[in-house]
Amino acid sequence: MTRNLTHLQRLEAESIHIMREVVSETAKPVMLYSVGKDSAVMLHLAKKAFYPSPPPFPLLHVDTTWKFKEMYALREKAAAEAGMELLVYHNPEAESRGINPFDHGPLHTDMWKTQGLKQALDKYDFDAAFGGARRDEEKSRAKERIFSFRTASHGWDPKSQRPELWNAYNTRKAKGESIRVFPLSNWTELDIWQYIMAEQIEIVPLYFSAKRPTYEWEGGLFMADDPVRLEKVLGYLPEITERSIRFRTLGCSPLTGAVESEAATLSEVVQEMLLTTTSERQGRVIDKDDGDASMEKKKQEGYF
Amino acid sequence: MDKTSSQEIYQTDALIAEDIDAYLAAHQNKSMLRFITCGSVDDGKSTLIGRLLYDSKMIFEDQLAALESDSKKSGTQGEEIDFALLVDGLAAEREQGITIDVAYRFFATEQRKFIVADCPGHEQYTRNMVTGASTADLAVILIDARKGVLVQTRRHSFLCRQLGIRNIVLAVNKMDLVDYDQARYDAIVADYTAFAASIGIENFTAMPISGFRGDNITTLSGNTPWYAGAPLITHLETVELDNARNAAKPFRMPVQWVNRPNLDFRGFSGLIATGMVKPGDPVRVLPSGKTSTVKSIVTFAGELDEASAGQSVTICLEDEVDCSRGNVLAAADAPAEVSDQFEATIVWMDDEAMLPGRAYLLKLATQTVSATIQAPKYEINVNTMEHLAAKTLELNGIGVAEITTDKPLVFEPYAENRTLGGFILIDKINNRTVGAGMLHFSLRRAQNVHWQATSIGREDHAGLKNQKPLVLWFTGLSGSGKSTIANEVEKTLNLMNRHTFLLDGDNIRHGLNKDLGFTDADRIENIRRVGEVARLMADAGLIVLTAFISPFRAERQMVRDMLPEGEFMEIFVDTPLEVAEARDVKGLYKKAREGKLKNFTGIDSPYEPPEAPDITVNTVAMTPAEAAEYIVRQIMPLK
Repeated sequence: MTRNLTHLQRLEAESIHIMREVVSETAKPVMLYSVGKDSAVMLHLAKKAFYPSPPPFPLLHVDTTWKFKEMYALREKAAAEAGMELLVYHNPEAESRGINPFDHGPLHTDMWKTQGLKQALDKYDFDAAFGGARRDEEKSRAKERIFSFRTASHGWDPKSQRPELWNAYNTRKAKGESIRVFPLSNWTELDIWQYIMAEQIEIVPLYFSAKRPTYEWEGGLFMADDPVRLEKVLGYLPEITERSIRFRTLGCSPLTGAVESEAATLSEVVQEMLLTTTSERQGRVIDKDDGDASMEKKKQEGYF
Repeated sequence: MDKTSSQEIYQTDALIAEDIDAYLAAHQNKSMLRFITCGSVDDGKSTLIGRLLYDSKMIFEDQLAALESDSKKSGTQGEEIDFALLVDGLAAEREQGITIDVAYRFFATEQRKFIVADCPGHEQYTRNMVTGASTADLAVILIDARKGVLVQTRRHSFLCRQLGIRNIVLAVNKMDLVDYDQARYDAIVADYTAFAASIGIENFTAMPISGFRGDNITTLSGNTPWYAGAPLITHLETVELDNARNAAKPFRMPVQWVNRPNLDFRGFSGLIATGMVKPGDPVRVLPSGKTSTVKSIVTFAGELDEASAGQSVTICLEDEVDCSRGNVLAAADAPAEVSDQFEATIVWMDDEAMLPGRAYLLKLATQTVSATIQAPKYEINVNTMEHLAAKTLELNGIGVAEITTDKPLVFEPYAENRTLGGFILIDKINNRTVGAGMLHFSLRRAQNVHWQATSIGREDHAGLKNQKPLVLWFTGLSGSGKSTIANEVEKTLNLMNRHTFLLDGDNIRHGLNKDLGFTDADRIENIRRVGEVARLMADAGLIVLTAFISPFRAERQMVRDMLPEGEFMEIFVDTPLEVAEARDVKGLYKKAREGKLKNFTGIDSPYEPPEAPDITVNTVAMTPAEAAEYIVRQIMPLK
């Protein structure tokens, strides 16, 4: 008797296998948790991988202080429910210099996220970090390994990646070196949504449409998540209007463009996604910094 | 091409718009197929993948707009859309206009989700193709209809066959450029049929296509009325999956992790490689062979009545049997084999050539052992399939060799089980993945040579001598003073009533190792033999001193691994090259400088100094007697 597994069952089994390999073969793993839908799926898979044990590693949120309030609320709740320790890291230099997305452009992402991530990994001495990136997100991701090896200075060299055969992963590394591991490598955006529906995974409500205060800035539509802080940084308060909006992807509130939408349920969101005509990361400002090869460059510098 | 029919195959916009829940319910139960595309540089591989993504609407409007502007800027198709630009990801590749690494792409139809490994066609990237093929159920081999079967076609087909891909699609591409000529197509297929049979490919499916024009991709093309088969997508949607075949084989699950949240629960977590399992099934723990019965299959969603190949589960057994990571749970009445000597096909993937005799780490499923590879029986020319004599394998070389592991491996021939037959090789020092291999079979002599149990053990030998056995391993350049210092140390130990023996490099090469020269491979074998002799002497209770240049870290580590923890002391006789050369006691440096002596360490052969020696003596600052006294104080602390 044979039985065909569905694509979601096979993707799930592969992700779980990856997580167990990391826990078995590395000294101190951590799961990067950004509170987005991909993180939610990754956390859910971690709970499944080690059940009935809790996942044997902490969650790490490299925070920029500019995330949406609803993200911070879900972060605490999800970690508590999983029975996992939650580490939150703020780059002290970015904090003291008041780095923000309006005044500092690309430096904001570099200091809070890229540098912040490196500092956090060094501080806790983590030798393996799970990330929720998918190969379908962006062209240079399509060529990255599931186990992506980083030098002691966190650099990524696309020309000297280790070949990855079958599901035999080489987790060996010298002291100081680390591995970024992407258990969702082979998932697509649609797979993620289908899995969220099938497994009833809680995600940030911002993915669903609702009337929210919005403003326009440099040609994009954004949510006024914290008008007081917005005014302080910009020096003026932009015109705020109520609109039915939602987000296809979640990052820093001033860097994540909203879309006008009426999709208020999971199936409506998926419906909109399937009928939509723009790709997922388009709402994110950071991919466009240096034109075409922007993400590849960021990765070589140590961005996730 | 016909737009409405292609949309029916992929996703029906109308159904999505009208009844999203019905659409999602239908899509919840898709299966998944992984395949690779291989072809030569201009066979249109990227264009075909771009076409599949485009037709399945995996390309969005913003990407399409960017693509249109890119096509005009750097495309090769004039004013038309260059699909290849969609899939050539890394910046370096786009500049050079070639694909240099495996890229994974995704698309889906109503029936299946597809993961495509886009493999480069250049010869120097064999390792990438092997990587992509290792996880594929199917291979699409592209041929340019204008060019026919090329050397690259043969190479790709051969590698697909080696990696165990059973489903081969021969896609004769660019049919539009030969006016959809049936005679041309038939000639290519006949040519390929003859070749395929010669390398053991029994079945393949041929089809005439045009990735650029879309002929026979999603629907049958009016341009090839003579073609009686299915379009490419239909074939991909209906071909049998390896996963289904694997479920029909005997049960095997490599144990990844022992799940032990508290004293009352002990489960074995893993991904089922083959077969099915249910509570009550008798299972065997390999390699120990202990049997038990499955008590339960535990998952987050509740206990399962059964589980099959491809699922990640946690299994609890009825009995408290020893079982840990690296063990394999197998059907009790049909267990996998266990052996420590094999024949295997090896693909070398590192810039540094394979060194026969060197110990590499071998990872097979969840087992990691130390393995040495013999010189290849033969190398295979991937273009002509000829067997060539070879002493080693270089980057992208593929050959057949015997492998010996330091611990028994639970395995199955690769042809029967990819998970328990495929392995990677890792360099112990720099941790790179240097090779991959496919096990053929166990060598019978492994089963026939048994370890003879003796009554007097190593503790008895050492106890009688009232000492702890040790191997003092002196390493350093020629002329650094190894033999002189080792001799001094032995004299001192002898005065202390210690039982010792000194193995000296030059002396051993007059006898035991007189058949060896100074190539890297011979140096490794030299050290391996000395290591074995030193171990036997340590087993006899002696304190063994060895004085060998032993230039490579990996071999010194190999000897360390042969001995019990704490019995190997690496002593680095640290003398700078210029000092050793100035001494030149034996006149060897002079000869080497004059080119009369080849492979001389420090001159034209490398010396890898120890990274963390147990003892270091600096012969510039110390006399041999001082160095010897220092060493004795380190190994025999005054009580």
